Amino acid sequence: MTRYDLAQLPLVKPLLKSRWPQWIIQAIALAGFIFAIIAGFIGTPVGSRNFSIVFVWIGWWALLMLIAVPMFGRGWCSVCPIPLPGEWLQRGAVIAPNIKGGFTLGRRWPNKLRNIWLQNGSFALVALFSAVALTQPSVTAIVLAAFLFLAVGASLIFERRAFCRYLCPVGGFIGLYSQLAPIEVRAKDPSLCATHTEKTCYTGSADGYGCPWQVFPGGLTKNTYCGTCVECLRTCPHDNIAINLRPLGADLQQPTGRRLDEAFKAFIMLGSAMAYSLVMLGPWGAAKTAAYSVGSMAWAGYAAAFLIFIFGLLPGLFWIAVALSKKIRPHPRPLPRKRERGKGEGGTRKAFVSFSYALIPLGLTAWVAFSLSFVLANISYLWPAISDPLGWGWNLFGTAAMEWTPHLAQAAPTLQVIALVGGLLWASATARQIAGDLKYSTRASLPVIAFCAAVAVGMLWLLVG
Amino acid sequence: MGAALAVAALIIVFAPAPSLAAQPTERRFRIEASSYEYAPPAIAVNVGDTVTLELVSTDYVHGLYVDGYGLNLIAEPGHTERLTFVADKPGAFRFRCSVTCGPLHPFMIGKLSVGPNWLLWRAVALAGVAAVAGLVIARR
Repeated sequence: MTRYDLAQLPLVKPLLKSRWPQWIIQAIALAGFIFAIIAGFIGTPVGSRNFSIVFVWIGWWALLMLIAVPMFGRGWCSVCPIPLPGEWLQRGAVIAPNIKGGFTLGRRWPNKLRNIWLQNGSFALVALFSAVALTQPSVTAIVLAAFLFLAVGASLIFERRAFCRYLCPVGGFIGLYSQLAPIEVRAKDPSLCATHTEKTCYTGSADGYGCPWQVFPGGLTKNTYCGTCVECLRTCPHDNIAINLRPLGADLQQPTGRRLDEAFKAFIMLGSAMAYSLVMLGPWGAAKTAAYSVGSMAWAGYAAAFLIFIFGLLPGLFWIAVALSKKIRPHPRPLPRKRERGKGEGGTRKAFVSFSYALIPLGLTAWVAFSLSFVLANISYLWPAISDPLGWGWNLFGTAAMEWTPHLAQAAPTLQVIALVGGLLWASATARQIAGDLKYSTRASLPVIAFCAAVAVGMLWLLVG
Repeated sequence: MGAALAVAALIIVFAPAPSLAAQPTERRFRIEASSYEYAPPAIAVNVGDTVTLELVSTDYVHGLYVDGYGLNLIAEPGHTERLTFVADKPGAFRFRCSVTCGPLHPFMIGKLSVGPNWLLWRAVALAGVAAVAGLVIARR
């Protein structure tokens, strides 16, 4: 597949190799992040007038889901402020590399937890309280402060970016969807990496740190766990790192490295987009009240329904679709012996995990469609919040009195249709390709495609019906 | 196969919607707004109907902004506010609270359906085409 190394463009490599441009963006983001925590605690409790709610859940969310993730994959992770204070302590340095190290026990992350199950759990946990977190500034502040606290703690105990890699609920889904992005960081010639004994991209050098994300760039085949921090670009003595522009969804072409924890991330994200569309954007007030009334019986019912849907119903229905796929596939060679089925090449579990990667494009476009509704209707809250971020009656930039106005209200449904239909097209093509990877016939991908079509139609009904 | 699917998609997108126009009538709806819902949550009219919305708030000040039509009503508790318009744009439109009324205010949403929702039906048909088109693309 064709690739173009963006680092070949004038100015790009110097800008990426210098620590300053990235650091300046991170410092601005960190200042905004800390201000959001402060605003959440001391500002007005009216969410639509408080910087913490408006800039985090409308401004940042719009930037993340409509631009950053689809276009740059983990690009946000490369400038995210959350791990910075912990990383500065861990490194004993703020900007220039410090090879002596800083304050950390430097423990290895436990082997049993080297997966994204904790991130799956942390996302589901935050999602259960999202109606409150999205609307109450103090709760948003607590959530953001908790992220910061956990990230600092992880940096002081474990090596590198353990929080980003294994705990961050946002990083988990960004990693999943970064497989679709048209940008990747890769070794130009992996064989050169194999013979480079120092492996400075992983161990670090005077020019930069070893990969904070604990990946070896020479072996990278997917974006999922590469934070695009470009430390490897700085530390590679052979100029062997490329920032490639590539076809969309190139990582989905990789038949290896598909995992159950990532499969469940796809279900959790797709199911959450559906649940949020129903609860937040639907006309059913009882559902909203239940989601908001944390601790009540109604909320317990909402929480149970949400968890059953994302962890049980959706994967269960998909399992049935995959079992049907397996049943109707022609067998190109004799089936493995019975005791080997379920584990080997022909196992339903392997097919379930593999086919679930077809949900990744549909999941991202479902979130784009959901976010369009939410963001376009509410983005005008940004302008008053810029002038009066704490809701204290300030008018710093003369925009405090700007009234709420929905944007592109007439075009939004059409944009949502384009997103969802495009996502289904992509999911269908991916399912067909995965069927090929599994040595299944084209016909065998039909139940999975039917599942994707049902989900897409469900989302269409929820958002434009 | 690819060309046939492209033609099908173009037909679905650009074919004129069938005319199912019923005789326009006058419709009146009393909508009760409370935190954070409207009752009834969804209303349906025919294209061309003259629609009068009566907004009554049962607790705090609430608004009702109709997407696509750009209409806005604001009602204080105990007062009924009215607005009359001709429903000349077909489709499904969200109406939402336009006055900050509490934590869930951004999600206080209702639905106005004007005639058949051709956008939804076209989208469902396009979804069918997309599902098949994916197979064709992947085969290449």
